Amino acid sequence: MSGNTVYTVSQVNRYVKSLLDGDQRLSGLFVRGEISNYKRYPSGHHYFSLKDSEGAIRCVLFRREAEFLRFQPENGMTVIAFGRLTVFPRDGQYQLYCSRLTPDGVGDLHVAFEQLKAKLYGEGLFDPAHKKPIPRYPQKIALITSPAGAAVRDMLRILKARWPLAEVVILPVRVQGAEAPGEISAALRWAGEHAVADLIITGRGGGSMEDLWCFNDEQVARAIYACPIPVISAVGHEPDVTISDFVADLRAATPSNAAELAVPDQAELRAALTGLEERLTGAMSRRLERERTRVERLAERRVLSDPMAPIQDRRVLLDYQRERLANGLKGTLSAQRERLGRLSAALDAMSPLKVLGRGYAIAYDGAGTVVRSVEQAVPGEKLDLRLRDGTLRCTVEGVNQTEGANHEETEL
Amino acid sequence: MKKRSFEESAQRLEEIVRLLERGDAPLEEAMALFEEGTGLMKTCTTLLDRAEQKVRKLTAAPDGTPVEQAFDGEGAE
Repeated sequence: MSGNTVYTVSQVNRYVKSLLDGDQRLSGLFVRGEISNYKRYPSGHHYFSLKDSEGAIRCVLFRREAEFLRFQPENGMTVIAFGRLTVFPRDGQYQLYCSRLTPDGVGDLHVAFEQLKAKLYGEGLFDPAHKKPIPRYPQKIALITSPAGAAVRDMLRILKARWPLAEVVILPVRVQGAEAPGEISAALRWAGEHAVADLIITGRGGGSMEDLWCFNDEQVARAIYACPIPVISAVGHEPDVTISDFVADLRAATPSNAAELAVPDQAELRAALTGLEERLTGAMSRRLERERTRVERLAERRVLSDPMAPIQDRRVLLDYQRERLANGLKGTLSAQRERLGRLSAALDAMSPLKVLGRGYAIAYDGAGTVVRSVEQAVPGEKLDLRLRDGTLRCTVEGVNQTEGANHEETEL
Repeated sequence: MKKRSFEESAQRLEEIVRLLERGDAPLEEAMALFEEGTGLMKTCTTLLDRAEQKVRKLTAAPDGTPVEQAFDGEGAE
């Protein structure tokens, strides 16, 4: 380019671009910086700046590369970006076209793990209230794991030793690699849909964080959460903790541990049964002993030692009652007889015949009405006088009213 | 008596032991409980003694329904 030529903007941009693109060092370099102005466009491309205390570089991460991100970039995060530096001719700015983005200091898997954990926790997928109880005596256990390898053998060995009563079905899945999350979550859904078991164990043996990664997969986590059958997660070794462990209804430290948690131990149960048997026979023999003592105590009582005694007692009582009854009857009879005598004497005393016997007479008029007052008769009237032994037919000769006699009194 | 699972048998057995230990059931009932308990004890022990774990591989038929297959510990190292 020479000093006195006028160039178009595009020409300048193209020139600068050719300079940058021609520099081998800029065609693939690592840049450490802090993410700022992070934006994800609907196109799926990610735009941001990487800055340090003195400056900034614009960066872009295209959708195709962004799909391989195992963490969610955020402002303030220090990352190491790998890419090529070139000019974007439209605005004349140079930018870093990233092909990889790694959190600085920690592995990106770790960051992805923490982010997914925080997200699912926020959604309530780890809520203890949602956790289903593990059946005490599972009848059918589904192992969603690799059919090969140590994990499944360890689980089968322990399940057999502890609880051979349970049926075991193995739902073979890959537990490593890109297909693993899809297979595991599909198996969980399918197991739930067809109710293939009353308990599920899903997991795998130990490995690197990358090896165990399928159990940190969001899809697997959601399938565990949605599964209607209780799920025990059994991933890796004791210190390995995966997202599946948080979502599962029960976390086991290892596959072997899962098998131990899943079923009761027949050795313990046999011991418990022996204990129950002792209690059963103990309770029964104590009971029988108690009944025997009771019978013996009863036998000592008079009713059993002298069985005729109550009959004799009754006989005496009967006699006594009969006596009382007879006396009672007798008393009632004489009282009634006495009363009858009294009543007939009174009746006798009131008999009109008895009165007539003492010289009184009753006068009847022609109509047979008793004449109680002189006013009831007139001279010349015929009256019948009833005496003790007969009747006199009389004619009234005259009427003399007794002086002072009140006829009210005679009414009585 | 109907066929009970181990769980049901064990639960009933525990219940019977508790009832007997309370000791207030009439003697005849206690005897019947004891007999039932002894029977359950035998059921439970027999279930454990005779149990042989059944292990099968379960895969989906083309229509998605589960199909059981023998599991021979395939590919085991």
